[in-house]
Amino acid sequence: MVSAPFCAKVLGEFGADVIKVEPPEGDAARRAGPFPGAQPHVERSGLFLFANLGKRGVTLNANEPAGIDGLHRLLADTDIFVENQAYPTLAGAGITAEELRVRHPHLITVSLSPYGRTGDYREYAGYDLQVNALSGMSFGTGHPHREPLTTPVRQAGYLAGLGGAYAAIVALLARESGLTGGEYEGGQYIDIADSGVISTLLTGYHLPTFIYRGIAGSRSGNRMRLGLFPNCVLPCRDGYVCIDAPQMEQYQRFLHLLGDPDWTDNPRYRDRRAMSDQYPQEAENLIAPWFMEHDKAEILQLCLENRIPCAPVLTMDEALELSHLHQRDWFVESEHPDAGAYRFPGAPVRLHGSPGRIVRPAPLLGQHNADVLGR
Amino acid sequence: MTVAGSPMPLPPLRNVRVVDLGSAWAGPMAGHLLADMGAEVIKVESRARMDGMRLGRPMVGEDLAGGDRGLWPELQPVFHGLNRNKLSVTLNLRTEAGRGLLQQLASVSDVVLANFSPGVLERLGMDYASLRVVKRDIIVASMPAFGDSGPLRDMVAYAPIIQAMSGMMSLVGYAPDEGEPLVGELQAAWSDTVAALCAALGVVAALRRRNRTGQGQYVEAAHLEGTAALLGVPMLDYQMTGTIPVPPGNDDPDFAPHNNYPCAGDDTWIAIGVSTDQEWQALAGTIDSDRTDRVRLATDARFADQSSRWANRRALDEVIAEWTIELSPQQVTERLQAAGVAAMPVMNIADQFADPHLNARETYVEIDHPHAGAEMVYGVPWRFSGTPGAVRTPAPLLGQHNEYVLRQLLGIDGSRIDDLIAQQVVY
Repeated sequence: MVSAPFCAKVLGEFGADVIKVEPPEGDAARRAGPFPGAQPHVERSGLFLFANLGKRGVTLNANEPAGIDGLHRLLADTDIFVENQAYPTLAGAGITAEELRVRHPHLITVSLSPYGRTGDYREYAGYDLQVNALSGMSFGTGHPHREPLTTPVRQAGYLAGLGGAYAAIVALLARESGLTGGEYEGGQYIDIADSGVISTLLTGYHLPTFIYRGIAGSRSGNRMRLGLFPNCVLPCRDGYVCIDAPQMEQYQRFLHLLGDPDWTDNPRYRDRRAMSDQYPQEAENLIAPWFMEHDKAEILQLCLENRIPCAPVLTMDEALELSHLHQRDWFVESEHPDAGAYRFPGAPVRLHGSPGRIVRPAPLLGQHNADVLGR
Repeated sequence: MTVAGSPMPLPPLRNVRVVDLGSAWAGPMAGHLLADMGAEVIKVESRARMDGMRLGRPMVGEDLAGGDRGLWPELQPVFHGLNRNKLSVTLNLRTEAGRGLLQQLASVSDVVLANFSPGVLERLGMDYASLRVVKRDIIVASMPAFGDSGPLRDMVAYAPIIQAMSGMMSLVGYAPDEGEPLVGELQAAWSDTVAALCAALGVVAALRRRNRTGQGQYVEAAHLEGTAALLGVPMLDYQMTGTIPVPPGNDDPDFAPHNNYPCAGDDTWIAIGVSTDQEWQALAGTIDSDRTDRVRLATDARFADQSSRWANRRALDEVIAEWTIELSPQQVTERLQAAGVAAMPVMNIADQFADPHLNARETYVEIDHPHAGAEMVYGVPWRFSGTPGAVRTPAPLLGQHNEYVLRQLLGIDGSRIDDLIAQQVVY
């Protein structure tokens, strides 16, 4: 669906020859939207087209011995194997850590799963919703009087995929450095829990706040917790705007833009920590009218000119038209033979000495069976 | 929970030396991602301009004002997480001699990492064009907010600003028909972490190419591009349907139910998601077994298949919440997982810290810091079977490794080092 396909897509952007292996009926992502005109079609899933951009594709039935043999023949000639299968599938397909080590001692496996391949929850069912729940992302997201919110459009899976790509190349460097020792012969099994990536690199910094100050977290709606005012999302004339100006000079430039209002003389409105943590609504009411008098484009221009960290909340259509990204030639225009031409996100990082490029759209179901499997 | 410091037999990046000019979040995290895997990462810092993460409320006491003035640089726990496994050298980059030493250090290193605003590396003489003269195959990785070019190049930004401009923020909230204002904020530095991962990824990809071709290069990990690179689905959604994506709340069209439901107790929730009829029958059967006096959910026509469950998802949410509100998140999780249904308590950091699964996977590890004593930091998220990463050493004290860097790496003798200290070049 998301994590493993996106991981391999990123490796493909660096020039890897990525072969997507699907069951005969196709990756479940092919049945997930979005679809052109909201009409489901196995070759037109936006999720599939995005997460598999640049790959070749084959079909193998891992429920049959012949399919499992085919997979292992492929793995014998592979550097990196990326999978995010449900736990019960692993043993059946012969792709547990132990079997892979014995059968393919030089293979680097990146195993991405909601909870990881060890620990009490390893066999539990889980999706991005459960990953965000376990990893502490959901608890703090949302309004205090409402239910917690997961990160939108399965972002945890994409982030874990990015981490998987990093881990894969680190393992490749290790293999090529000639290190050996113990049972290590160059190949290895990398067990990555999506929830583990988020719990460490995103929410891990909450740990000291809890240990030293006893703060376990809370939802604070449109504002960041434990910061300096202003740090919030507010409505403007034609949408929303986000401001986060912790440095005093930034805040003063912002106040100057507002015309140095009289309330800044009030001692109650000089303690920016208290304004953020103790009476944020009251504080936000002081600046909200200015935003309602301006639209997104004006706010962006004024904040750019005055060096204030404040920006419009772009909707996806606006992000797709952002001239900054177009001038940097970032988007990728790719035409798929069945689904049509679309604008895709470019690479997450640029290697200026060896820029990657997308050479083909996502594969049709079984498109490269003959090329890759010889059938 | 485990104690860090166990022997690490084969650190995969053990021959890689990194000059880490990062400060705040993204830069230091990129550095520690490499250090976790065995790279020798040298943090370059100075009392003349301390990493902001060395400032603020200390771990002990409430001396926030003193912390903000830099009185407690060794007692900032968030700094300790972001800078574990590194060495520290203090070079005052406001002095010409300090900048000279920095360039000298780069000439004996493999990688330079920075998250400055565009133009700063050039002013320091640390951009790729300058450094390739002193080190032919150097890799320079930078993390500008919007990138080194384009109309927004000089825009000042922190993570929420990047999230706003990427479009991601427009999707964080409750469904618009529920009448709530946009939430937007995530209580985590999402874009910073994305950029850190992208930079570390770019560095190892560039190292592999260097090993094969002998060529260095410049790696640019713009926060905006990294963040937007994960948003292909909503971008295609707009292009394919012509409808501007709005906040989905907890809805996901491939699932129903799919939400966080209230449990017994204050602010306790359970995340339940169902994507197949089989999972639905398992969920419905579990709920039905508790409420024998009611109409059976398993045969309720409103919830018979995915499309009807999706169409009736708000009614479905109410039915499920009536059941979960009587139970603890742990009870719901155990019962539903036993039936094969995805369920997990919505945890806060206290729940996570106590969670046996997260602890068994070394999500949090203990490390001994010379000033702070035994303390917990987050662990290494990738578990390598052959060449594992680890939290081996605590975050360095300011200038803790001056002697090693100046004398051993740069070959500067003791009396000259004393002069550099006296002149506040090493400071």
